[in-house]
Amino acid sequence: MKATVTVMLKTGVLDPQGEAVKSALLGMGFDGVQGVRQGKTITLDLADGTTQDDVNAMCEKLLANTVIESYAVDMDT
Amino acid sequence: MKAAVVVFPGSNCDRDMAVALRAAGADVSMVWHKDAALPDGVDLVAIPGGFSFGDYLRCGAIAAKSPISKAVVNHVERGGFALGVCNGFQVLAETGLLPGALIQNAGLKFLCKSVSLRVETTDSAFTAPYGAGAEIQIPIAHHEGNYRIDADGLARLQGEGRVAFRYTQTPNGAMDDIAGVLSENRRVLGMMPHPERAISDDLGGSDGAPMFTSLVEACVAA
Repeated sequence: MKATVTVMLKTGVLDPQGEAVKSALLGMGFDGVQGVRQGKTITLDLADGTTQDDVNAMCEKLLANTVIESYAVDMDT
Repeated sequence: MKAAVVVFPGSNCDRDMAVALRAAGADVSMVWHKDAALPDGVDLVAIPGGFSFGDYLRCGAIAAKSPISKAVVNHVERGGFALGVCNGFQVLAETGLLPGALIQNAGLKFLCKSVSLRVETTDSAFTAPYGAGAEIQIPIAHHEGNYRIDADGLARLQGEGRVAFRYTQTPNGAMDDIAGVLSENRRVLGMMPHPERAISDDLGGSDGAPMFTSLVEACVAA
């Protein structure tokens, strides 16, 4: 089984990379871009029986820094 | 006075840190990240700059979970001194020993230059030798030095006088121009600038030297 974890900087935390990407897109003429936030996706290959609670614990303890980041877990079966 | 310098894969300021501590009179040992314990009788743990674990995941995140980091947390919980510089500050923030987090510089560039810092409190062994409000020149060399903390945490740091240093002109977008913060018991300091690179005029400046001398004196007196 697999799980996909998406980690993003929390709303309100400055995202310098996202701002740079936004600026580049606007410079290329994509005038409709109003905001860009950049994060990361982590895919986990897991033994059967690993629960969403386990993955949440991984996020809390290592995969995300909850001071500045939020995370979402998608358990693919 | 005994000091230990923690070495992670990718640390690159560990020997500079040892030189600075020895110059101040400390008996220094180097400690590998896989060690589960600090040498007996260590008064101060220094976590040096560098790129521990290649800055993978987040700067300092993997180092903060290494075996030696548990020993560092225990050392601090027993009232021991700890100094984290640059990547070491990021590691201390990731362990939770210091509040807040460090994200990418607002200008996206790696910054490597000397900056002016204002000493905001003299109430710590790290900052006691400087006059309150003194301005010192210390080099920075980082890509993720942009200090972030929530509003309550910031108010608490300010109220408790735990901002050790502010940039006179923030180079990296840090909230409230914060360059270094102290723990609640004022025995743990994390800072982005590198005092160990400013211990001799031959190196371009010596404003970092008093911090190390003061730390050694504080540990000897204790």
